[in-house]
Amino acid sequence: MTNLQVWTYAVVGATFALYIFIAIKARAATTGEFYVAGRGVHPVLNGMATGADWMSAASFISMAGLIAFKGYDASVYLMGWTGGYCLLAMLLAPYLRKYGKFTVPEFIGDRFYSQTARVVAVICLIVASLTYVIGQMKGIGVAFSRFLEIPFNYGLFLGMGIVFIYAVLGGMKGVTYTQIAQYCVLIFAYTVPAIFISLQLTGNAIPQLGLGSTMADGSGVFLMDKLDKTLVDLGFAAYTTQKGSTLNMFLLTMSLMIGTAGLPHVITRFFTVPKVRDARSSAGWALVFIAILYTTAPAVGAMARVNLIHTIQADSIAPDTSQNLKIDALPAWFTNWEKTGLLKYEDKNGDGRIQYVGKNYTGTDADGKVIENEMVKVDRDIMVLANPEIANLPNWVIALVAAGGIAAALSTAAGLLLAISSAISHDIVKGIIAKDIDDKTELMAGRIAMAGAIVVAGYLGLNPPGFAAEVVALAFGLAASSIFPALMMGIFAKRVNNTGAVCGMLAGLGTTLVYIFWFKGWFFIPGTAMAADNASNWLLGISPGSFGAIGAMINFAVALSVSSVTKAPPEHIQHLVEDIRVPMGSSSAVDH
Amino acid sequence: MSDAQKYWQANIRLVIGCLIVWFVVSFGFGILLAEQLNSIRILGGYPLGFWFAQQGSIYTFVALIFFYAWRMNQLDRKFNVHED
Repeated sequence: MTNLQVWTYAVVGATFALYIFIAIKARAATTGEFYVAGRGVHPVLNGMATGADWMSAASFISMAGLIAFKGYDASVYLMGWTGGYCLLAMLLAPYLRKYGKFTVPEFIGDRFYSQTARVVAVICLIVASLTYVIGQMKGIGVAFSRFLEIPFNYGLFLGMGIVFIYAVLGGMKGVTYTQIAQYCVLIFAYTVPAIFISLQLTGNAIPQLGLGSTMADGSGVFLMDKLDKTLVDLGFAAYTTQKGSTLNMFLLTMSLMIGTAGLPHVITRFFTVPKVRDARSSAGWALVFIAILYTTAPAVGAMARVNLIHTIQADSIAPDTSQNLKIDALPAWFTNWEKTGLLKYEDKNGDGRIQYVGKNYTGTDADGKVIENEMVKVDRDIMVLANPEIANLPNWVIALVAAGGIAAALSTAAGLLLAISSAISHDIVKGIIAKDIDDKTELMAGRIAMAGAIVVAGYLGLNPPGFAAEVVALAFGLAASSIFPALMMGIFAKRVNNTGAVCGMLAGLGTTLVYIFWFKGWFFIPGTAMAADNASNWLLGISPGSFGAIGAMINFAVALSVSSVTKAPPEHIQHLVEDIRVPMGSSSAVDH
Repeated sequence: MSDAQKYWQANIRLVIGCLIVWFVVSFGFGILLAEQLNSIRILGGYPLGFWFAQQGSIYTFVALIFFYAWRMNQLDRKFNVHED
């Protein structure tokens, strides 16, 4: 076993032992503890758990890679996945906490006095959560198989087993405390290599400031100027300028923000705090903990790009390539990632060295031939994991990054599975099928539903339909176009009635689904798309991933106009809305 | 107007104010005006529009939520609708 493997087994094993220990210590005994941790979680700790719940393998592994390759255009993810917390804190969290029930569909069903509304909300919740959880399961499998050097399936089964133990036993209570530990692991794992690399490149230990500093090589050039110049010289697009259309940047940011505020596993987190005022500040704390990673990511991305280019392609450009990376002396990280198939080169001109240039490059070699790019594949998802290796950081740091990526994926998977299981056991079984079951039976139903959800997610993770990025967009689009508007109108628009809410949710959800399927294929089945997925076919140039914001507008418009021509909600519903608007009289734990 | 209505109106005003700031720093400075702002440099080498898009908007979001929570707690007490 190599030194790196020993470190990886030690660090990952130690973190797992910690998670399971916490889960056993914090077993849930009542439905209240299973669904909302007995509403006894301190707002700061709840914020930390929300941070871990929210930051998935996508945030930890993919986002900095996206930033590295898209530069400024990747800002949509940074703003979109943080700005949603403002909407949550100001428009939803305190009121839903005041209402004091267990699940999101329960609120929608009660506020719109309609079982149909509740069932529609359950469907939106399950589709959004399940699509999201598939990606997490896959991330867990990939991380395990790369670092423990075991086959992908075994990695996935191991992940399913771990989630099963602590989510099924612990419920929300166990998950909350485990997520706090997972947050600590993942944030430590993310910032330590960032600090090392920032020090190496700029001499500034704070990555957020290092990104704006001058290079430590004594040239006095700002890091970002150097990056822009190198990229343009090598025929890539400049880093700090905009490449995509402004309309799509605007709409995608909006969709991600609204989607964030509408994702049920995040909303449920605000049901677990003791008071209404805690729900407000807890959203702030959640964002503080998320912001630590999200403001570090731009530095990680930019510095990874600098290092990647610098390691392969020397500063001296054509016709002299004698300083470039030599094929018979490739560094270890390069050959390791090459084995995974995510990194590939091709010595097109047969000079025994690799040239790494962009598609606008016009430099020529000694014979007057234009130099071609020879790095034929650089998967952006490897950047965060490969980054410490590229920068020659010690093995324990690399092992830590593996543990962090797994923590991010596990914590999100557990939160999503809990949201799915509570929707099934509380909203469908207890709410509709068997209203008179006791607490204990409901708890059992919750655990069985969760075990079932893990098996389904694991199966789909093993046989992914092969649409990772679209699925994430769909999950956000669904949450943005269906759940968020219904919740917001439930609180802010007293006049919206049952018919309006149901029509609104179906219209928002329906148009978003159709628009995505139109370009991506019906139910993502290849070859069934109605039109090629490119800007010239899009309606007004809006990409399918950005459509969630439009879906949300449609939902609002339909719900408000249908409500205005149908009967006003009954008296007791109007009182209910007035009641949730004031904090006074919230109960610490509602049993029913 | 009843106290409950006044409380709700003050709340709506606060939320609208916060959301205007929310919109301006992200969609305004970070996207629509980013190119114009990029000619200004802050904190060393950061072009200002780029900084708002990748750093500044996030810091502002955090500050906004805590400001909102603090103001709402004040309003709760002023209109006597706070818990316990």
